[in-house]
Amino acid sequence: MIAGPPDGRELGARLRGRDLTVAPAVLNLVENRAQEARRQTEILMAAVSPAALGAEAPAHIVGVTGPPGVGKSSLVARLVAQWRAQERSVAVLAVDPTSRRSGGALLGDRARIEVDAADRGVFVRSTAAGDRLGGLAPATRAAAGALAAAFDLVVIETVGVGQSETDVADLADTVAVVVQPGSGDVLQFLKSGIMEVPDVLVVTKADLGQVAERAMADLAAALSALGSPDTQVLAVSSIAPTSGIDALVEAIDAHRAAIDLPARRLRARRMHALAEFAAEHGERGVRALGGRRAARRWLAEQDPGLDVSTLQRALQTLSAGGRP
Amino acid sequence: MMRTYAGHSDAERSNELYRRNLEKGQTGLSVAFDLPTQTGYDPDHELARGEVGKVGVSIAHVGDMRTLLDDIPLDQMNTSMTINATAAWLLALYIVAAEEQGVPKEKLQGTTQNDILKEYLSRGTYAFPPAPSMRLIADTIAYTVEHVPKWNPINICSYHLQEAGATPVQEIAFAMSNAIAVLDSVRERVPEPLMAEVFGRISFFVNAGVRFIEEHAKLRAMSQLWEQLGHERYSVRDEKLSRFRYGVQVNSLGLTEAQPENNVYRIALEALAVTLGRDARARAIQLPAWNEALGLPRPWDQQWSLRLQQVLAYETDLLEYPDVFEGSKVMEGLVAELVQGASAEMQRVTDLGGAVRAVDYMKSQLVESHRERWRRIEAHELTIVGMNRFTTTEPSPLTGDADGGILVVDPAVEAQRRRALDQWRSTRDGAAVDTALRELARVAAADSENIMPATIAAARAGATTGEWSQTLREVFGEYRAPTGVGTAAAVSSEDVSELAEEVDRLSEALGRRLKFLVGKPGLDGHSNGAEQIAVRARDAGMDVVYEGIRLTPAQIANSASQEGVHVIGLSILSGSHAELIPAVLRALRESGAGDVPVVVGGIIPEADADALRAAGVAAVYTPKDWDLNRMMRDIIALVGERRDAPAAARA
Repeated sequence: MIAGPPDGRELGARLRGRDLTVAPAVLNLVENRAQEARRQTEILMAAVSPAALGAEAPAHIVGVTGPPGVGKSSLVARLVAQWRAQERSVAVLAVDPTSRRSGGALLGDRARIEVDAADRGVFVRSTAAGDRLGGLAPATRAAAGALAAAFDLVVIETVGVGQSETDVADLADTVAVVVQPGSGDVLQFLKSGIMEVPDVLVVTKADLGQVAERAMADLAAALSALGSPDTQVLAVSSIAPTSGIDALVEAIDAHRAAIDLPARRLRARRMHALAEFAAEHGERGVRALGGRRAARRWLAEQDPGLDVSTLQRALQTLSAGGRP
Repeated sequence: MMRTYAGHSDAERSNELYRRNLEKGQTGLSVAFDLPTQTGYDPDHELARGEVGKVGVSIAHVGDMRTLLDDIPLDQMNTSMTINATAAWLLALYIVAAEEQGVPKEKLQGTTQNDILKEYLSRGTYAFPPAPSMRLIADTIAYTVEHVPKWNPINICSYHLQEAGATPVQEIAFAMSNAIAVLDSVRERVPEPLMAEVFGRISFFVNAGVRFIEEHAKLRAMSQLWEQLGHERYSVRDEKLSRFRYGVQVNSLGLTEAQPENNVYRIALEALAVTLGRDARARAIQLPAWNEALGLPRPWDQQWSLRLQQVLAYETDLLEYPDVFEGSKVMEGLVAELVQGASAEMQRVTDLGGAVRAVDYMKSQLVESHRERWRRIEAHELTIVGMNRFTTTEPSPLTGDADGGILVVDPAVEAQRRRALDQWRSTRDGAAVDTALRELARVAAADSENIMPATIAAARAGATTGEWSQTLREVFGEYRAPTGVGTAAAVSSEDVSELAEEVDRLSEALGRRLKFLVGKPGLDGHSNGAEQIAVRARDAGMDVVYEGIRLTPAQIANSASQEGVHVIGLSILSGSHAELIPAVLRALRESGAGDVPVVVGGIIPEADADALRAAGVAAVYTPKDWDLNRMMRDIIALVGERRDAPAAARA
């Protein structure tokens, strides 16, 4: 990381060979905004694209999101332990919500995701959030896309309910929204349509008993009223004695088996291209595209085979008034 | 009562030290345990590495306790044990050792510190999550009130809150809130008529800073609030039971490494804070040694502190008058102000659901206060003589000795302790230990039973400190306390704007934001310094990874590598740097992060600093490096240099 950016092609090849030790170097590269590093990132992303892999990247990309203080990190720690018990490798990208003050951030999530330091099958990286609260930095999208070629699971942990969880929904195959009993905000967001219906709803602190049961009943009723009675609502307890973790792992697996994965991944790549473009050209650039909504519409019409950097270049041409 | 906080290495050497101190006129014992004993690890546990016998004595089983108390008449002794997470266990060992001396538990006098909330907030030697920890405390209180009636089962500590940066108002309010949480837990476990007796057994351990007039007012305010609490919340009618009783260790936070001889004056003035007015006078006083900021005090340093107390007590007229502040308008005004501020803050904690639930809030408030104190020192708004003002000094004859003016624990102790433990395990009745631990696990899981009888049985059977704790960890789970740094306010931007520009420039050159790992290896829980560094680095624009205390070298290396940090700062105050820092460097090399520069901060004697630098540490900071911005500039420069001279090009 200190001596020049690593070679994107080599990193890509090692990821394709499912070499997990390369994860730190991959993150160091995709987070690097210097010109040469970004060129190498493009090469890396092409090297792990479906075209290069011959299929979608094998990992299950799982988003875990919810309001602050509901116990997301403890839950992720339990999930990681469970996945490791099944001998599945896990990469966790913990996006810290701390708004940057004078550019700095305190990345504290790692402390709460306790893992065995000697276990090479687990990778945890904390990253600062993007420009919006709970929004994902382009590097996080690239990291998820790249690590998905090597790990069995890639978890993106973010804070937020409402607008901000759509970012992670754009990126993940399965989104688990975590809520704690007794807090009505998620219910309100669901009812008012501010929040998209998550793939899995997790009620933490199941040890609270009755309160947790009531919360589950309320959520199930709301989902039913919204016409999504199939969304699973699960209760877990992440602190000793733990409960409900097995069922949650099964529910997450079941969701992945039921979705149209290529369609989700395609959307993720398109949104990644847009995020890259926005990071580079700012809101002014997005306006030149006719706004986010128009840009999404335009992206939806493009060739499904295009990779992220090609799409991003196309957006650039478009914003400059040219034809892609 | 006069004591000095003492103990180091093993039980045998500490026993010798105690007997010598008793001969010098000390009237009680104050036992310092090492960090593995305090956090429930045996000397052969990975986390114990470098810590065995360092900051206190290592006690792994009843045999050690027996040796520690050999030839000390426990029926006459008043013994204070600074022990918290494992208090129930050490009390059990003490009870069994006394029983072997033929002293029944009804006669035992002393104190277990046994205050877990301040461990989460400041001191860091916790072992279990909050709820089961509170249950252990409630159980020891319920047990002693009935069976060890002269024992003080808990010392609510406001001491460490001040060390963590608490203002007087916060110190009062958080300590009182903590006491309420403890009393309310006990209330669930004893018959209501016993509550007055329980209230009477609760004592406090407070701090006294150098602003000794205000500090004295603080103690009067605490007295007043405590009595009020007794009457109103717990219906205590007996005046004797509602009295505010406290012991004190005067402030260490304000002791300086620069011109350490000045600390003698500070300690003397702080001692006045807790003795001047009879109505709020301490019952037991411990004075720190003048050279605490340098390393472990030697017996002579401790003697010097004891002599100060003796001069105060026997030469001055301090003890000859009734309360000298009675009727003082200034004192009354100060007290009223503190009572009012503290009451408001106590209400805030109550609103958050009580002290156990408000740990996050209180921790972030302390980090914030400490940050403000540090800002004032740096801005020269707060004068610390010899440190940020009047810094010119003649060479000190006091620190010029060959040993640098501190005690160094023999590094062979750790290996000896491991061997002794092996031997203990091989000669005890293993089946009896297993049975006792199984019973302990059963009682732990059955919330309704008191943990003490099973704990005493395990002590008698020969179980070890690590086994007792591990049994409970398996039932209760483990816990990491909040770091409090997430919500700390930023320093006003002018203070760091230049730094922030430097960080921006360097980050630009690096391609991504300068990333800094602040790590606390080992069992040392004194995280105040590390927290302030982390907050300042964030304010200066760095991405900071801070995982809190108690990390193994392997964990730190793993984090550094996975997080892709550009620089690492390690903080150790427990004296275990000589073992732990090289271990971290080794682990970094093994995980492929050997290139990442490492700086170290802590109570590190100069000779050790040289050795650390020789081992590859880029810079060593000690308490005399109080200017955090300067430290930040060094760190930025360090990363810049390493970047310009990539690893491959270096020799």
